[in-house]
Amino acid sequence: MSVKKKFKGLSDKAVGWLFIGPTVLLLLAINIYPLVYAIKMSFTNFYANKIGREPQFVGLKNYIKVLNKEAIWEKMQVTASFMFWTLLLQAIIGLGLALLLNRKFKGNELLTTLIVLPMMLSPAVVGVFWTYLYNPQVGLFNYVVNFFYDLGSFDMIGSSTLAPWAIVIVDTWMWTPFTMLICLAGLRSVPNYLYEAAEVDRASKWQQFIYITLPSVLPFLLLALLFRGIENFKMFDMVVELTSGGPGSATELASINLKREAFEKWKTGYSSAFAVILFVTIFGFGNVYVKVMNKIKER
Amino acid sequence: MKKIMILLFVSLFSFSVNSNAKSITLGWAAWDPANALQELTKEFTAETGIEVNFEFVPWPNFADRMLNELNNKGKTFDLLIGDSQWIGAGAVYGHYVKLNDFFDKEGISMSDFSPATVYAYSTWPKGSENYYALPAMGDALAWAYRKDWFDRPELKSEFKKKHGYDLGVPANWNQLYDMCTFFQGREIDGQKRYGAAINTERGSEGITMGVTAAMYAWGMEYENPKKPYDMEGYFNSPQAVEAVEFYRKLYEDCAPPGHSDAYMVANLDAYKSGQVAFQMNWYAFWPGVSKEDSDGRVSGFFANPKQNVAAATLGGQGISVVKYSDKQDLALEYIKWFARPDIQQKWWDLGGYSCHNDVLNSPSFPTSTVYAQGFLDSMGIVKDFWQEPTFVELMLPMQEAIHDYVVNGKGTAKEALDKIIEEWVEVFEADGKL
Repeated sequence: MSVKKKFKGLSDKAVGWLFIGPTVLLLLAINIYPLVYAIKMSFTNFYANKIGREPQFVGLKNYIKVLNKEAIWEKMQVTASFMFWTLLLQAIIGLGLALLLNRKFKGNELLTTLIVLPMMLSPAVVGVFWTYLYNPQVGLFNYVVNFFYDLGSFDMIGSSTLAPWAIVIVDTWMWTPFTMLICLAGLRSVPNYLYEAAEVDRASKWQQFIYITLPSVLPFLLLALLFRGIENFKMFDMVVELTSGGPGSATELASINLKREAFEKWKTGYSSAFAVILFVTIFGFGNVYVKVMNKIKER
Repeated sequence: MKKIMILLFVSLFSFSVNSNAKSITLGWAAWDPANALQELTKEFTAETGIEVNFEFVPWPNFADRMLNELNNKGKTFDLLIGDSQWIGAGAVYGHYVKLNDFFDKEGISMSDFSPATVYAYSTWPKGSENYYALPAMGDALAWAYRKDWFDRPELKSEFKKKHGYDLGVPANWNQLYDMCTFFQGREIDGQKRYGAAINTERGSEGITMGVTAAMYAWGMEYENPKKPYDMEGYFNSPQAVEAVEFYRKLYEDCAPPGHSDAYMVANLDAYKSGQVAFQMNWYAFWPGVSKEDSDGRVSGFFANPKQNVAAATLGGQGISVVKYSDKQDLALEYIKWFARPDIQQKWWDLGGYSCHNDVLNSPSFPTSTVYAQGFLDSMGIVKDFWQEPTFVELMLPMQEAIHDYVVNGKGTAKEALDKIIEEWVEVFEADGKL
């Protein structure tokens, strides 16, 4: 039986729904329903481990509790700082590497492959092996730092001053190649005639970079940072393996705290409220960011 | 064709035999005693024909994995060797089968087991005669030390000259500190050595188990004995504050570099690699440590030193039947077998820590291993963390606040303990206890 015959009598719209129906159902089941359920739970005092105890409606109590808890704001600050430094470093180093690899030289392809290797690893594995690299006694990191500048013994993940930098360094090491790849795609899409015209107009290399390269690559860079921003806002596995959120709570990101509240303390209602707040935050920031990005693109 | 049919028939038949075979699954942590239990269980299978499958979960994920399984009413495990602190949740939320009727029917008497272990691993409410587990693995936090270094005449005389008493098993925490600092940074056989590998782990329960070893020895109580859940002035008493300050001093002055997130395995590694003179760890590891002494390393073991009182942090587990299991009868058969005195003796011989009086009271027990006397001493002085159904909620703030103070150096010990009480009050209020 031909497809045409089989679908005879169905409108185009119906056929369309037939195709997208399973995906929509799947999305409803695994994305929308849990979201709605979490919102519902956030207004209750539900504890998922307290079997037989009926959840009671508590109104906005959980939201007020989350927003008034000093510790939550500390975790948000830790998360904001982690995001700021990782995105900044990844933007600068990623763009720099892309500019470097955009030139033609021997071994370019091999170097590109080697640079992107870290992002192919599992974040949990990266977290575990960096704990060894950071080991003050046998770690390569401390050895290299001391080789260039003798700092003596220092503990990257045991010190509250250094631990936030420890996670920033690892994330930057792992994900700069991603920013680099996206920027490289942007650089390769810049038509050569623009540079040729600039040469004719006697524009310096710096002016070419400021007026041609940067505006062309900026939308790509912003897109990469959007992806990285969303990822780092929910960063969990690498940091848990590396520092467990410690020392104390120096590297306890919002997502780690959320996991502890939801699946260790089993404060389901409270943690649902926290999750909704985090969702609204990232959704809001994401929307504003995309609008800004589109405006830059239009210019 | 005929051959193919026979082959198919045989395969189908063998599948149906396998699927009908009697088997149960036992869950525990992945560590040395679990391997010993697996070995011991071969005898159970030989006797009864019941296969026992084991699922051992690494310690950092043990509580998460098992408690999630129980909360989800999972049927993966028929038997669970769960931590002592889980007994409250196991009983109150109905995860564990109450064993009183079974014990009565099979003539298993709890008076045959060490009272401290019955209290800690089996009963809920605490001290009642409601039993939800059979004491399976006695354990407490203790210390191992490099006896070969301690026996060196030049080190002995130098220590005596410096501190005025002999280098040996420390009588109290002050002496422990003196000995740790004596070894800190010292070069022995061309290598730099350090004082002690102590618990500092942040993620699960490590630093809490470590710091409470000091707090109990200083005489800390969790609550007013006459007014349950009244913690002010008890958990944050001047003695408790002093103990936490002391633990931080021990970490700062005696731990090897980078020992900021360390628990069982990290302490073992630091000790086995010859970095430290002392390690804090559970008795469960001592058979392995003792057996692996080599290259001149000789290990000595001792119970947690006293300070104001003699006390030690309780470890260990009881074995429970999971309420959601479809094979409770087979699981109970395993418990009946495991409770037998002859099996308990074999359990000890293989490296498990039996809690049965016949084993512990045997005249040969104290000299049966170098750590046996220490184990006996410890089991008489053990104290445990809260065993409330909300113990995880109680553990997490303690982990954070103590790690923040001891490792991170943030605030004061009093502030850390006050913060913990504040969080605990909130937990007890939510649980309707306050």
